[in-house]
Amino acid sequence: MFDDRYRLAFKAYPYERSGDQDQDRPVRHPVVVMGGGPIGVATALDLGRQGIPVVVLDDHEGVGMGSRAICFAKRCLEIADRYGCGEPMLKKGVVWNLGKVFHEDRKVFEFNLLPEEGHKYPAFINMQQPYFEQFMIDELRNLQARGAPIEIRGKNRVEHVDVRDDHVAIDILTPEGPYRIEADWLIGCDGANSPLRGMLGLDFTGRVFRDSFLIADIKMVNGNFPTERWFWFDPPFKSAGASTLLHKQPDDVWRVDFQIGWDVDRKEELKEENIRARLDAMLGPDVEYEMVWSSIYTFQCKRMDRFRAGRVIFAGDAAHQVSPFGARGANSGMQDVDNLGWKLGLVINGLAPDSLLDTYNDERIHGADENIRNSTRSTDFITPKSDISRIFRDAVLHLSERHAFARPMVNSGRLSVPCVYDGSPLNSADALDGPARTRPGSACPDAPLDDGFLLSRLGDDFVLLTIDAEAPDTLEEGGIVVRRVALSAKDDPTGQLAARYLGDAPSAVYLIRPDQHVAARRPGFDDNLIRQALRRAIGQEAQT
Amino acid sequence: MSELTLTPNIDGPDDFYEDLLAIHDGRTKEESDAINARLILVLANHIGDSAVLKAALSVAVK
Ligand SMILES: Cc1cc2nc3c(=O)[nH]c(=O)nc-3n(C[C@H](O)[C@H](O)[C@H](O)COP(=O)(O)OP(=O)(O)OC[C@H]3O[C@@H](n4cnc5c(N)ncnc54)[C@H](O)[C@@H]3O)c2cc1C
Repeated sequence: MFDDRYRLAFKAYPYERSGDQDQDRPVRHPVVVMGGGPIGVATALDLGRQGIPVVVLDDHEGVGMGSRAICFAKRCLEIADRYGCGEPMLKKGVVWNLGKVFHEDRKVFEFNLLPEEGHKYPAFINMQQPYFEQFMIDELRNLQARGAPIEIRGKNRVEHVDVRDDHVAIDILTPEGPYRIEADWLIGCDGANSPLRGMLGLDFTGRVFRDSFLIADIKMVNGNFPTERWFWFDPPFKSAGASTLLHKQPDDVWRVDFQIGWDVDRKEELKEENIRARLDAMLGPDVEYEMVWSSIYTFQCKRMDRFRAGRVIFAGDAAHQVSPFGARGANSGMQDVDNLGWKLGLVINGLAPDSLLDTYNDERIHGADENIRNSTRSTDFITPKSDISRIFRDAVLHLSERHAFARPMVNSGRLSVPCVYDGSPLNSADALDGPARTRPGSACPDAPLDDGFLLSRLGDDFVLLTIDAEAPDTLEEGGIVVRRVALSAKDDPTGQLAARYLGDAPSAVYLIRPDQHVAARRPGFDDNLIRQALRRAIGQEAQT
Repeated sequence: MSELTLTPNIDGPDDFYEDLLAIHDGRTKEESDAINARLILVLANHIGDSAVLKAALSVAVK
């Protein structure tokens, strides 16, 4: 009756009987999260840090075996850092900068990512998804130990929901039988196949790609294999398929993705001898390795029409799914949580109108569409859909061998960068003649300060960042306290703060949201205008 | 920003036209398609300006 759908890598939250199971009437909780994947756990961290009680229900007892996501981008790590678990990820993860691109039997070029200096986190790290999840669960346990009102219940499967105007009734099945609870808010983080979407009859529309990928995680036996990313278009090795990707993860494990087409016999392809045949053809006969994990996956680029249905809000893969090229799944799910957490917190605490939650929908649909567009572009480059698109694709690869100009067009996945909420109703008009990358709607880029990094100073409240400008140390508006972070040229040893936040302007005042996105910026402090910008940022005032 | 030039701009149009055909001499259809695609990419990069490129794309489909 209660079978696992997948094997566990870590057992993190074994089933325990909850007091709620022995009540005559369903217990009401402010927030229930359905799904204890990375996005559900991140939601619990965000809300728990704000002191908002949250119950996570997951139908397993821990983190699924097998590494799905391996590439975690800067913004995702910065969000994890805000939640207190970025540093162990950085320590565990692998950083690479050298990539090689092959077309058929030739190397066409290699590139060095030459990362931009002056950030606490690199552009991305490679790391098996179970570690990512485990580090977040460790932090969840730390928060619990410090008294944060977070609960995570393993082997609690949501079977049915009943959405009312002011709450949601949730029927749960456990190994000891069913029980019911109620939630003021239900957050659906139940993954790409989201049973919750099905229960509510909500659509998930977009494109299905008729292709499948065989992934193998292998451990190199006497590995002096280089820490580089290799990507083959039309690889020459036998029956390799349309593309192959090789890159490194921690623990001497390498991820190999073979794109193997649509009409494949899954069972046959997953036999170890057949996977080894592909790997041997690629690596040559002398490389010794052990198989760690393998799987075949297909993907879709789809999203829900709306991420909010009254008291039910969707986040992560349940709300949107993209192709793995560009690593946008978990990365964008983390940005969903980043966006949702503070808004839900303010609404629950009665400090912002319910309509603020509709801006979660607007801003994250904007993000999801950008991700889907990017990952569709990569897919079209990797697997051209028509003769002419193949002709151009091959022409780009051909030219890239000798000419630098063609290399930026080679698209084997574009790294996830945070989306700018341009046009969001929460933004105030840009009043600073400053750099475009910090315009209202942008996620704040990090910058090195005299002692540490800028983003750590911002934290997770509303902040007034002043650079060579006067302003009060705190400001209160409608129960929300805005804390000033005062910086000046002398805190900026590298000049990167000025380059990223001032440009040619001599001074600046930034109003920054708890998710570290810019709400407003001006050359100097103006009490009226900053208060107005704050009210706008919490959905209380329309943009004028 | 410059505009797409749609007035005569090539010195010796007949010479250019002959050169253009000459690179396709003795090629299969497949080779010619590949050459044309490379040529478009090289020229597009030389132009660079995205407004001009967009204008050129829309002239070409009319
Ligand atoms: C091969 C592959 C490679 C990928 N690579 C990357 C990458 O490099 N970078 C990246 O950012 N992303 C990547 N992704 C995507 C990434 O794995 C997902 O985006 C991420 O796992 C989504 O997290 P989630 O929490 O939304 O959903 P999930 O991880 O699917 O978690 C959903 C949870 O809900 C639980 N659940 C389901 N139904 C119920 C129920 N009825 N009751 C209670 N609980 C329930 C499930 O058991 C599960 O624990 C990749 C995906 C694949 C397949």
